[in-house]
Amino acid sequence: MTTMLDEKKYTANLPASELPEGGVWTEAGSSLMRKTGDWKVEQPVWDKAKCISCFTCWAYCPDSCMQIENGRMAGIDLEHCKGCGICANVCPPKVSAIKMEKAR
Amino acid sequence: MPVKTEVKQLVAAKTGNEAMAEAMRQIDPDVVAAYPITPATEIAQIFSSFVADGQVNTEMVTVESEHSALSACVGSAAAGARAMTATAAQGLMLMAEIMPIAAALRLPIVMPEVNRAISGPINIHCDHSDTMFCRDAGWIQIFSENTQEAYDNVLQAVRIAEHAKVRLPALVTTDGFIISHAMETIKILPDDEAKAFIGAYKANYSVLDAAHPITVGSIDLQNYYFEHRLPMINALKEAKAVIKQVGREFGEKYGRPYDLLEKYRMDDAETAIVCLGSTAGTAKDVVDALRDEGQKAGLLKIRVFRPFPVEDIAAVLAGLKAVAVLDRSDSLNGYGGPVFTEVCSALFNSIQKPKIVNYIYGLGGRDIDLHMLKSVYDRLASIKDGQDLGTIVDYLGARK
Ligand code: SF4
Ligand code: SF4
Repeated sequence: MTTMLDEKKYTANLPASELPEGGVWTEAGSSLMRKTGDWKVEQPVWDKAKCISCFTCWAYCPDSCMQIENGRMAGIDLEHCKGCGICANVCPPKVSAIKMEKAR
Repeated sequence: MPVKTEVKQLVAAKTGNEAMAEAMRQIDPDVVAAYPITPATEIAQIFSSFVADGQVNTEMVTVESEHSALSACVGSAAAGARAMTATAAQGLMLMAEIMPIAAALRLPIVMPEVNRAISGPINIHCDHSDTMFCRDAGWIQIFSENTQEAYDNVLQAVRIAEHAKVRLPALVTTDGFIISHAMETIKILPDDEAKAFIGAYKANYSVLDAAHPITVGSIDLQNYYFEHRLPMINALKEAKAVIKQVGREFGEKYGRPYDLLEKYRMDDAETAIVCLGSTAGTAKDVVDALRDEGQKAGLLKIRVFRPFPVEDIAAVLAGLKAVAVLDRSDSLNGYGGPVFTEVCSALFNSIQKPKIVNYIYGLGGRDIDLHMLKSVYDRLASIKDGQDLGTIVDYLGARK
């Protein structure tokens, strides 16, 4: 995934007069600049062999961490995953393709 | 002589709440989200009948709390809507968390607000403790002296809040029951005239504009928070000129001019009371009576408390001999009232300055009458030429 954002614009210490009104981000993709996944206590471990690509976890993940490639589950973005465990919880019990483990 | 075009205005008997609801009907906001609270309940209640009767095109959101009411306004305003709500006292307290957010996001939400004492003890009557509690939230604060001003101020607040140099939320206050429930004869603009005066609203941004995706209200840490607060600080400074300009235009068009302050018989005054809201009306009668006796007494009404008219207040008061600032709330700072401390700071750098005292009055709806105000002027007359100030902060009408 490529960012639409000009990173320099947001890291260059611009003066107040050059900022958009209301402190809005005027371009999408800013979350890619900030890695928010480093404070989790547990992390999901995904088992590719068990996964049936039902995308239930993709629909539930609050941080949009599920990576999809060619219509199949391809992995989890741990740089933004907060370790909430929702994905492991919603993965169909018969499949159980995601287990939570102590974060590294 | 040029022909003066007079807009024919409707004369009607309205309470303060009815007048503010009437202004809202003419504004026809895109969204109104509100929750009932005495003495402001009627504003949204009357407005909801306009919605039910198809007199406005507003999306009315009946929420479960004032926190939600203002949150719904923030959400809809961030989507580009003209949004309004109304509240008082505890309702305003519950909105307090969201108020600075609305200001920082530069969302021009307009809120009629009826001044009522905050709990505790529980009380439903007028004082200014609710509005003063939220004085540093980044909202413009306009105080009304009577029902006519309540109506006029709501219309002007829309123009002011939405002005390109301002883009800030604004609250317009009346005094609980004294104005909100008292019926007066007022002049109402024709609908088309009111709509033309406020004009169309074009938001600066919209979260629903999928072609231009934006993030609103993201986290903002050490390297940018300060820079994002500065434009809001500057907007409040800029707002002073805008408020004057809108008030002048309103006066030229409809015969009722407005400014940040109202000076009543101040030209050659030696003593003056400074106050906000409905008390100004009572004080004007006292000033007239004193003037008839030959006393050089005047009144300075602060119409706009936020932004605080520092320069104008210093210019008006610097040359006086003695001034009493009347506060309808106490700052609970172990000293005096919020209006008093700010008026003092406005005068601090003036070369000339008057003797100045503070009266806290009218808490919880305690009546303020002609005799009490006369006693304040009598004291000013006795201290203006030499006598010691005595107690600087006193409590008018309280059993001590
Ligand atoms: S643990 Fe939570 S945040 Fe992380 S991938 Fe699973 S659902 Fe998403
Ligand atoms: S919910 Fe489980 S089976 Fe379904 S896509 Fe996610 S990991 Fe795979």
